[in-house]
Amino acid sequence: MILTRLLRDDRGGQILLGSLLILAVLAPVLNLALPPDHPLYLSTYTLTLLGKYLCYALLAVAVDLVWGYLGILSLGHGAFFALGGYAMGMYLMRQIGERGVYGNPELPDFMVFLNWPELPWYWWGFDQFGFALLMVVLVPGLLAFVFGWFAFRSRVTGVYLSIITQALTYALMLAFFRNEMGFGGNNGLTDFKDLLGFDLQADGTRVALFLASALALALGYLACRALVLSKLGRVAMAIRDAEERTRFTGYRVDRVMLWIFTFSAVLAGIAGALYVPQVGIINPGEFSPLFSIEIVIWVAVGGRATLYGAVAGALLVNYAKTWFTGALPEVWLYALGALFVLVTLFLPQGIAGLGRGLGSWGGRWRRGEARP
Amino acid sequence: MKLLDQTRQLLRRDQVFEFLKPEINPDLDVSHRTLLYMEGVSVSFDGFKAINDLNLYIDAGELRCIIGPNGAGKTTLMDIITGRTRPDTGSVWFGQVINLLKLSEPEIANAGIGRKFQKPTVFENHSVFDNLELAMAADKRVWPTLLARLTAEQADHIDQVLETVGLLEQRQRPARVLSHGQKQWLEIGMLLVQRPRLLLVDEPVTGMTHQEMDRTAELLTSLAGEHTVVVVEHDMEFVRSIARKVTVLHQGSVLAEGGMDAVQANPRVIEVYLGEAGSC
Amino acid sequence: MTLFSRLLLVLLLGCAAIPTAGAADPPPAPAPLDQTPPASGDPAAVSVASAASAPVEPVSASGASPTPASVGTASAFVASAAPQAAALPAPPPDPSPFAAALPLLLDSKFPVKEQAVERLAASGDARVEGLFTALLAGELYQLKADGRLVIARGQEGDQAVREVLSDAPLSGIGTQELKKITLNNRMRGQLKTALARLDLSHADAGRRLAAVTSLMSDPGGANPDLLRARLTQEDAAEVRDALGLVLALLDLNSPDAQARLAALPRLRDALHPPVRTALTQLLERETDGQVKAAASRVLTHIEGRVHWYGQLETLFFGLSLGSVLVLAAIGLAITFGVMGVINMAHGELMMLGAYTTYVIQQLLPGHIGLSLFLAIPAAFVVAGLVGILIERGVIRFLYGRPLETLLATFGISLILQQLVRSIFSPLNRSVETPAWMSGSWQVNEVLSLTLNRLVIIGFCLLVFALLYLILNRTRLGLQVRAVSQNRAMARAMGVRSQWVDAMTFGLGSGIAGVAGVALSQLTNVGPNLGQSYIIDSFMVVVFGGVGNLWGTLVAGLGLGVANKLLEPWAGAVLAKILVLVFIILFIQKRPKGLFPQKGRAAT
Repeated sequence: MILTRLLRDDRGGQILLGSLLILAVLAPVLNLALPPDHPLYLSTYTLTLLGKYLCYALLAVAVDLVWGYLGILSLGHGAFFALGGYAMGMYLMRQIGERGVYGNPELPDFMVFLNWPELPWYWWGFDQFGFALLMVVLVPGLLAFVFGWFAFRSRVTGVYLSIITQALTYALMLAFFRNEMGFGGNNGLTDFKDLLGFDLQADGTRVALFLASALALALGYLACRALVLSKLGRVAMAIRDAEERTRFTGYRVDRVMLWIFTFSAVLAGIAGALYVPQVGIINPGEFSPLFSIEIVIWVAVGGRATLYGAVAGALLVNYAKTWFTGALPEVWLYALGALFVLVTLFLPQGIAGLGRGLGSWGGRWRRGEARP
Repeated sequence: MKLLDQTRQLLRRDQVFEFLKPEINPDLDVSHRTLLYMEGVSVSFDGFKAINDLNLYIDAGELRCIIGPNGAGKTTLMDIITGRTRPDTGSVWFGQVINLLKLSEPEIANAGIGRKFQKPTVFENHSVFDNLELAMAADKRVWPTLLARLTAEQADHIDQVLETVGLLEQRQRPARVLSHGQKQWLEIGMLLVQRPRLLLVDEPVTGMTHQEMDRTAELLTSLAGEHTVVVVEHDMEFVRSIARKVTVLHQGSVLAEGGMDAVQANPRVIEVYLGEAGSC
Repeated sequence: MTLFSRLLLVLLLGCAAIPTAGAADPPPAPAPLDQTPPASGDPAAVSVASAASAPVEPVSASGASPTPASVGTASAFVASAAPQAAALPAPPPDPSPFAAALPLLLDSKFPVKEQAVERLAASGDARVEGLFTALLAGELYQLKADGRLVIARGQEGDQAVREVLSDAPLSGIGTQELKKITLNNRMRGQLKTALARLDLSHADAGRRLAAVTSLMSDPGGANPDLLRARLTQEDAAEVRDALGLVLALLDLNSPDAQARLAALPRLRDALHPPVRTALTQLLERETDGQVKAAASRVLTHIEGRVHWYGQLETLFFGLSLGSVLVLAAIGLAITFGVMGVINMAHGELMMLGAYTTYVIQQLLPGHIGLSLFLAIPAAFVVAGLVGILIERGVIRFLYGRPLETLLATFGISLILQQLVRSIFSPLNRSVETPAWMSGSWQVNEVLSLTLNRLVIIGFCLLVFALLYLILNRTRLGLQVRAVSQNRAMARAMGVRSQWVDAMTFGLGSGIAGVAGVALSQLTNVGPNLGQSYIIDSFMVVVFGGVGNLWGTLVAGLGLGVANKLLEPWAGAVLAKILVLVFIILFIQKRPKGLFPQKGRAAT
């Protein structure tokens, strides 16, 4: 079967998918079936937090695909994440309908507040869930495609590419901060009520969203794994290691980069779309360059070019962030900054590399090969 | 003025419109025995003329050595043929119908020109086998590559080439662990699986032992005939061992051309190159 | 400050001379220079008017004055109030018309008070200005005890009280003993005009100019003869020009079409907003075709020039923004361009420079200018040392791995930001600007250049020139360029490449610190100061072409000007977005920037 082929030599992937499966079975049971005072009860808050982490993990996988395997350090993947999130947010906004503060069935509150006479054209269709889903995929994908088409064709690579991806997300952030853009400006989109008719505050909906995130992560992981194992994936790594050689071997390097970059952006968009209903808000802050570069550090911590490492890094760093911002808020930025420095200096392979190193050392030791 | 020229070009009735010509002609036409034409090629970097009005013709099936002192323009010449550098003037044709100046590097590679770099570049993190699989002649567009499956026939071909370059034992090892000489061989192997008509080999024997050098010489001479091989080399001994026809480059243009002995006897060559090299 | 608000300010100042008519008051009758006051229905006012129209009337003979007693008491009190004069025989009562008119201010009827102001203004007395200013500011009081007029300034309990007539300080007077002299809007107008007119003959040319300029917006109230008389006496060229303009404006109101026509050419070069207003008004009411055509020509000419100056101002703003960008980017041009190191903490090094300025200013509270000068080397050293620390501690392990360098330095930037938050609090700190840098240089009526921006443009060029010299004329520069081109060869030639790396990075970082000093003069100093500049500075370096100082200069100034040119029709944020998008597209078209390095070395 495809699954066994994909996971044959992928110990980390097996562990990841296994624990995702366990989590997907256990978490809903612990949340829904147990009474709140039971010691094993999983609060909806924690469940949603986990769901949020899983979305981040999918985003990290998307970044790892382009950074780890293609050598493109994108400092703008937050933009694709946010665009996917905004597409979903627009759907959720339209679902509010007359329940808004101003009770306008057509216009979201902030438009009423700004005295907009009617819905701008780019909001049309977002009352349809299917259309919104299409946009979740299409908008980030299209932006990545157009951006990549220009960038890769003119061979903007390396640091330059990183800087202009950062400029891209920065420009988008400035744009989305503007009220005139029609995306709620500073406040973004929020006050969502329900999704497909299900109340977003209900435990059942939260569990379903959590399961959807877990499923998306599992599928995204497998898709990336399949891509990485394919000949195209090996070409991608060839580009990462020796771009010029790959070109002289007859591959259209720019096309390969373009498609993988676009695919990665789509994954990021999906992650954003799953993130928004769980968190309940999307605002231009998601476009901030800081967020995008944070994603990169999740991947670096987990281990570049190991997809499961990206997942592990995302979960770990975000858990640390939650803990620090709760317990020692002033220390968090120090910790994050130190993480950047220490990981790049001492842990270029990330935790996965550490694990691999220990694993092979352990293997040799067991086989009696370790020499004094 | 440019517009006027273009209009004039468009109105000419003795030839097919430029945009109607197929970009790559799969049937390489070498009916005139000449595989590569370079005429009046010049290129300059910041006023420095790296290639100066160069004319070079390579026949099909030939093994040609190009020598010349540092800065003579050897690597730039290869860059021009493979599309890495665009010349300021001149024309470069591959056979009768393929205008290399209009093609990108991958298109040139797919048209049948393979290149080995001066510094051996292989895909370090891939296995030796994967290196050859990636280089192998195939449909190299994105989607076919994504869905490509290796057939038994292709695998056999790769193993065959591995045997030719003597790397069969290293089949599954990552390329980064190979020695310098082995990397050179792997790169040549990568050229071979590409099934090129023209092989451009830049300094193939640096870092090789004498034995390895002999094998390389053997390999290159055996390739000539079916393939056309152009070798740029510094090692005079090696050149003498394989050369049938030698081109001497100096200051970006051809100084002399002919058999090794004739070239070595050429007083101008002795003056600019062999004279400097002394022992040769 | 935007052009618009500046224009608004000029207009407002100009209007200050117009009596501000309250809703309840009758429309303001421009206070005449020596015109008989408007007759009102109040008989008392009429009688006062007739009395006052007799110009220099000795106090003793002022039998016609309605309140002789009060004058008497007032003057009598002067003698007894001056303690040092008490022993001397009582000085003769002040005979001046000033003293004579003063008591009229105590009258409860406004027309009488207006009369008093009229007479006081005509008296030409030196004390009039202080009196009127105080009256306008609501600082003129009457002593309840004896009706003497006093000026009281300052807070309750700490009031400085001076007598008007003798200008002698009085002590021990409480608030409850004072009664304020009240005003109405009409009187306020009258006072302002009178004050302006007093300034017309003021000894200071600047005051005269201001007075004449204020007359422009309301020439109707001016007396042409008086102005012509002033014109003959006037020796300051600027004031003469302004006077000429006022006279021309007066002529515009002349019933004689020829006079109006003749006045127009004289207004051709006037950029003063009131002139434009007057011309527009003239165009609306003018019936004579010839005058109308001429006026329209003159107005077009003036507006063309105003527009031109507006463009000049935009250029200036653009250059000043651009020079900030250049300052921010030029250090980066060294670390990124020459060394190939991506330093994401560059913005934070600027922030350190700005905080250094703040700290030095705190240490030397009284010497703002001096502390600024000290801050430049100090910021250079602080930021430079931190830069060397970063290079030695982190970056040197990451040469040849630019993406990792980018991440590590970003981490450092986070740490530095948080460090500053911990030490100085997350709030913004404001750094004071020395007096010689605040204010602006008024080039003409519509163009004024703020001094701090001018200084920063100059400072930017100076830093650029210095850096250029360092890189091209010193041994360090030679070594830096050698290492950047071929590290191995440079080492073989005996260049200590590690030392050169550290020095180069220190230099680039130090320049960032100096840029921070300049920034502290423009914006508040806060932990996010650097962040907001880092992307812009990278854009400048990349746009200009990496490794090219001239490119950085041209790109920085060009982007600054482009930004400001776009702002009027796109808004500040959109302009910034447009510039960013333009650069993103530009880099994709020309990945090597405006001034690329060519040849094999570049690849």
